[in-house]
Amino acid sequence: MSAPALMTFDQVAFGYNRASGPVLDNLNLSLKKGGVTAVLGPNGAGKTTLLLLALGWLKPWKGTIQLDGKRIQQISRRHLGQQIALIPQSEHIPFEYSVLEYVLLGRTPYLPPLGLPGEEDYEVAYEALERVGIAHISRQSMLALSGGEKQLVLAARALAQKPKLLLLDEPTSHLDLSNKVHLVELLQRLKLSGVTVLMTTHEPEIALAVSDQLVLMQKGRVVLTGETEAVATDQNLSQIYGVPIRVTSSEGRKQINWL
Amino acid sequence: MISETASSELQVVYRRNQSHRRLFWALLFGLAFLFLASLLLGRYPAPGLISWERLNQDDLARLLVLNLRLPRLITALLLGMALSAGGVVFQMLFSNPLVEPGFLGVSQGASFGAAFCIVLLGSSAVVIQGSAAFFALLGLGMSYLLARRIRYGGWVLRLVLAGIAVSALFSAGLGILKYLADPLSQLPEITFWLLGGLASVTWPKLLSILPVVLVSLSVLFLLRWRLNVLALNEETAFSIGAAPQRERLLLLTAAVLPTAAVISVAGMVGWVGLIIPHISRRIFGSDTRYALPAAMLLGGMFTILCDDLARTLLAGEIPLGILTSLLGAGVFLILMISRGVKVER
Repeated sequence: MSAPALMTFDQVAFGYNRASGPVLDNLNLSLKKGGVTAVLGPNGAGKTTLLLLALGWLKPWKGTIQLDGKRIQQISRRHLGQQIALIPQSEHIPFEYSVLEYVLLGRTPYLPPLGLPGEEDYEVAYEALERVGIAHISRQSMLALSGGEKQLVLAARALAQKPKLLLLDEPTSHLDLSNKVHLVELLQRLKLSGVTVLMTTHEPEIALAVSDQLVLMQKGRVVLTGETEAVATDQNLSQIYGVPIRVTSSEGRKQINWL
Repeated sequence: MISETASSELQVVYRRNQSHRRLFWALLFGLAFLFLASLLLGRYPAPGLISWERLNQDDLARLLVLNLRLPRLITALLLGMALSAGGVVFQMLFSNPLVEPGFLGVSQGASFGAAFCIVLLGSSAVVIQGSAAFFALLGLGMSYLLARRIRYGGWVLRLVLAGIAVSALFSAGLGILKYLADPLSQLPEITFWLLGGLASVTWPKLLSILPVVLVSLSVLFLLRWRLNVLALNEETAFSIGAAPQRERLLLLTAAVLPTAAVISVAGMVGWVGLIIPHISRRIFGSDTRYALPAAMLLGGMFTILCDDLARTLLAGEIPLGILTSLLGAGVFLILMISRGVKVER
């Protein structure tokens, strides 16, 4: 435990419905500043719920979630929007915004309550598009984009918030192979610039490629947390997915094999 | 520092924003011109424009312009602005380009409220307005709560279903009230509602709705950027610093109150709230920084124009709601055929 924690979950319990009991229980987790944490687990393990708790959108039944030593429910909406950004898995876009206009929405937490974005906000938004590598489509309509491009626009909008903590929900689910590679590279660059990342993923390869902390979840419980190297073993992965999995290493890269 | 391509790309965007603003001022100017021309337009002393000398010499003409046409024109302006702004807000908040205030029981609620008042409480303008506003909000609340409880289909489908059901309930209630109403005094007054019109507008009627409409429209204008944010999924809106539930409630209230107020004076005036936001977005893009204020101006122009036709085309008055529906539906069909209304989902 060298670097201080940006966010800590302490004894957190949460559920959507009192009658059916908690979805997450007794959750303890610490996100180191500048670290990349991947949450891995089968469908229904509570990964997205964990992410929405970190966002402050869901309030824990029990326990506390702190950002920089302060409970996130006590941080103002605007201030929290400057510090935590979310890249959702998908988003319904009903109207014909241009890509740049859409990314500009990420500047909202920096505007005064009745303010409008100015030239500086446009510049930050455009730079975010450049960082994600899609500046060339800045004037296209959101409705004309492919699924992968949309996902990258959502990433650019989150970067326009200049967050300390970036939350990603299944970021690779709509991406083809080349965009997956772009995303992995982007995450590695973000890590170098000091952004803390918490991501959920279905794909162990992505988790192994970018994360330094791995959280294995199953049925609303954190089964195991630790350095990615130590946690990603044949036995652990096989256990949470319930199918035999082998982790092999070739040229310094971990690979996942099944069957 | 930003890159060279970035700054040249952004210059293009700034220039487009600039041209949006110029177009907006041109619309404002056009609206002012239309307003003044409409003030002089009428069927006294003869169909057409009244001359300036005539206005100076003829006391009756002056009275007519100041006490009948002026409040009526201002009401037409507010009616168009409120319905169009309400349409933009509803379409954004429900992430659906095909809703309008009338869809979710608001218009039917207001009509029922007005008829309820005419039949059971007497027809004072202030009480009618209050009753219409109350039932309009009730209609919206019922639709919203019902939609949350329907166990069928996606959110938009559920909202539309709930809105249809609630509107039908209020229509049935309206039918009962019409059946109970005195056919000589109350029934004609209710019928006026269903056709819509501004013939009976006077200064006191206008003044009774002016404050709520002006305040609400100002609130909407000031929050025009937030409207973009609130059109997003709730979690996303939250993640970029909004308080979606609270802000949606504020914006919905600021959209429903003036809608209910203008309906309480003008009766059912359809299609403005659906068609004007589409035209505005077609011209200015979806960004509500421009689309919302432009919709207000376009809506004001549209209703003033329709009301001009309503009062001058024939010797007798044509109900305004008929004209807005006729023209609105016509324009809507042309829009649909020309490029297709883009609806995802």
